Amino acid sequence: MITPAARASRIAIKEPPWLKVVLTLSALLFLLLFVAMPLAAVFVEAFRRGVDMFFQALVEPDALAAIRLTTFVAAIAVPLNMLFGIVASWAIAKFDFAGKSVLITLIDLPFSVSPVVAGLVFVLLFGIHGWFGQWLVDNDIQIIFAVPGIVLATIFVTFPFVARELIPLMEEQGREEEEAAMSLGAGGLQTFFRVTLPNIKWGLLYGVLLCNARAMGEFGAVSVVSGHIRGETNTMPLHVEILYNEYNFVAAFAVASLLAGLALITLVLKKFIEWRSGDTGRGAPL
Amino acid sequence: MFGRRRFLPILAGCALIFAAGSARAADKTLLNVSYDPTREFYQEFNAAFAKVWKEKAGDGVIVRMSHGGSGKQARAVIDGLQADVVTLALAYDIDEIAAKTGFLPADWQKRLPENSAPYTSTIVFLVRKGNPKAIRDWNDLTRDGVSVITPNPKTSGGARWNFLAAWGYALKHWDGDEAKAEKYVTDIFHNVPILETGARGATTTFAQRGLGDVLITWENEALLAKEEFGTDTFEIVVPSISIRAEPTVALVDTWVDKHGTRDVAESYLQYLYSPEGQRLAAKHYFRPTRTDGVPAAELARFPKLEQFTIDDVFGGWQKAQARFFSDGGVFDKIYTPVR
Amino acid sequence: MTAIAQRLSVWRRDSVLPGFGLTLGLTLTYLSLVILLPLSALIITTSGMGWQAFLDAAFTPRALAAYKLSFGAAFIAAGINAVAGVIVAWVLVRYSFPGKRLVDAIVDLPFALPTAVAGIALAAIYASNGWIGGPLSILGIKVAFTPLAVVLALLFEGLPFVVRTVEPVLQDLDPELEEASASLGAGRLQTMVRVILPSILPAVVTGFALAFARGLGEYGSVIFIAGNLPMVSEIAPLLIIIKLEQYDYTGATAIATVVLLAGFILLLVINVLQRWSRRHEHRT
Repeated sequence: MITPAARASRIAIKEPPWLKVVLTLSALLFLLLFVAMPLAAVFVEAFRRGVDMFFQALVEPDALAAIRLTTFVAAIAVPLNMLFGIVASWAIAKFDFAGKSVLITLIDLPFSVSPVVAGLVFVLLFGIHGWFGQWLVDNDIQIIFAVPGIVLATIFVTFPFVARELIPLMEEQGREEEEAAMSLGAGGLQTFFRVTLPNIKWGLLYGVLLCNARAMGEFGAVSVVSGHIRGETNTMPLHVEILYNEYNFVAAFAVASLLAGLALITLVLKKFIEWRSGDTGRGAPL
Repeated sequence: MFGRRRFLPILAGCALIFAAGSARAADKTLLNVSYDPTREFYQEFNAAFAKVWKEKAGDGVIVRMSHGGSGKQARAVIDGLQADVVTLALAYDIDEIAAKTGFLPADWQKRLPENSAPYTSTIVFLVRKGNPKAIRDWNDLTRDGVSVITPNPKTSGGARWNFLAAWGYALKHWDGDEAKAEKYVTDIFHNVPILETGARGATTTFAQRGLGDVLITWENEALLAKEEFGTDTFEIVVPSISIRAEPTVALVDTWVDKHGTRDVAESYLQYLYSPEGQRLAAKHYFRPTRTDGVPAAELARFPKLEQFTIDDVFGGWQKAQARFFSDGGVFDKIYTPVR
Repeated sequence: MTAIAQRLSVWRRDSVLPGFGLTLGLTLTYLSLVILLPLSALIITTSGMGWQAFLDAAFTPRALAAYKLSFGAAFIAAGINAVAGVIVAWVLVRYSFPGKRLVDAIVDLPFALPTAVAGIALAAIYASNGWIGGPLSILGIKVAFTPLAVVLALLFEGLPFVVRTVEPVLQDLDPELEEASASLGAGRLQTMVRVILPSILPAVVTGFALAFARGLGEYGSVIFIAGNLPMVSEIAPLLIIIKLEQYDYTGATAIATVVLLAGFILLLVINVLQRWSRRHEHRT
């Protein structure tokens, strides 16, 4: 396979060298200033008072509770949205039906909803003056200002990630392979696990990865429904905000650096997936 | 017990998650919904109270804390955060909880001594080391070239105290001339470059981000900032006169009755008024309302100054809120046209 | 489920593959419970307040200033990103240089980095005693706590949208077009502007719209650095929170509805753009 770069350099359509240098440098400078520098700032600030202070901030009980909660929330939200993503993309990619594009738009909807609005709608639903408020109190069920509310808000904002990754992928792959498997007598589930899943596994992993990064990092929506009870309903991003507001900047950046580390791992895994799946950075950015 | 919920499996699932989350609580638990600057105080106070309660009642008590801006916290309680006790920055926020939900009676403030404020504070100025702009009193804040940091009174309880303290000073200075007071406060806000949403954000902006020449803030917040950022970075300037800021506490009847925690919650709030509770408050920079049992060393950090109350000058929070901070109120009028 | 499937089979082409009813049924159920029900709570609450009350609550001068800032900053940031993103995508697709893989990976950072983390990091950099804010403040340029800070935060969040939308299109661009243009005597710059730009334009506009939509709703990264001055640097999502804190539920819901509808309209525009972009790709 010839890469576009090689193809372009082979033929006589090259820019003058000075333009090439200018373009490359300006792209690098832009990325350095606006993307790489914030990342560097997180780590520099986290280690400003030394490694000891850094680790102290992470083993503090409230920080540990925040890490546990964040992991717990992601462990519910991500698998649910993964299952939904698979189910939805099967229905959308393997069948033709009226209203399909409307359905896709609806699935995209959370992308265009401000996180703050996403939090607010759950207050309107489950807040004490909300639709189900009184019923929830009567039945002694707490949703907002407790873990379920945080899970729901996280599910809301991370809802489209897997589906959005899989739908174009499965549409591109068509139905022939599955149809062939069925005509050879395979069952529906067998067809899915033996034929479809191997075809979409890298895309699926990619979607799960992005979904997880967002689930662990969500701030606005979770902030509205959290209640901020120490050691109980503070996720890692909320804990960062609290520490920051307590003048505990080193600790704030220490916890933030964990999240930044997670982001870096996500990027590395993403590159790995692209490499394994032979994809070179294709796919919807969302 | 899940039978009646089976028709809504999703909610039942959520309930299970919640049940799992709270199952470990074998001791009594209280949820204290408080505002930002009380964190260090309640950390120590809760431990002291747990010890006393264990001696008195024999079982342990775990106090869960929630901190945030006072208005935000009150909003969470209104929306269903099941606080057993609220310890907020101003009576107005608790009034709103009572008015909007009926979780506690409207006359809650009469149930505990001292207007339901076990500790108080006042409004002072924090300036940079050496006081380069020579800020001595309220009238220095309106000088040209003095940059004043105060949070948004519409969202921050602390900022409302700041606003009222300035207004009260002006009334006294110009013998009750409301027009002059309005002009004076307007002039202060001409010198305010940014309006943080909360007192904490404002302190961060001033102390960490290096913005502004003077921060108007709670005395406890100023003392804490001095402590946190090193005593050689900032100086506290105590004005000639200021407001008596009363952070108030209250029991939330609906939730203590539901949780069966009325006795422990009542003892908890009572303990704030005990010599030990007062000593801890003083240690964490709040002015105790009952100084009898508090060691003189803990009181030394609070300079004497002339104080007025919100009831004296403004006729209470409801009136002050409606006149100054409601939409279309005085603050909107003097602030909006600035830029 | 089977009943739904039977009814739906009227509208769908026959397929030998199984599970249509089940998967579509599950999809619609989950979608309704998790997304549509909560959003309808907002819409219904708003519609309950009456038209005049809605207008009064949603379009106060302060709210208008917040929309202006949110839309304006998102528009400017998306615009800058459209230009910078095309350059970055071009460099990544066409040139090779040491460390290219690393650079390519870092482009996605804003997707992966939590907004609150980005917020405090940006505040640390652009504050008047920060890495960049320091030198700039000596020049008399204030960044933190001004509308400029909002633009910077949105610039960070929006960049990958443009790069990742334009990149695949650039990759698939047929070099013969460029060769033809060159052989017809066009200069390189002329080719870039006249031939390449039009073919990637739909992708650029899509990326712009995606970045714009993201910027409109962004909250976490902005609040730490914007200064939140009413009428000056207060974004619309923050105003929703502030309204809530003032116990003004009507105001909060009304403004939230405006933000939601704006996002929804943008989403529809993006969908149309993407279809246009795909058609364009097929044509070239």
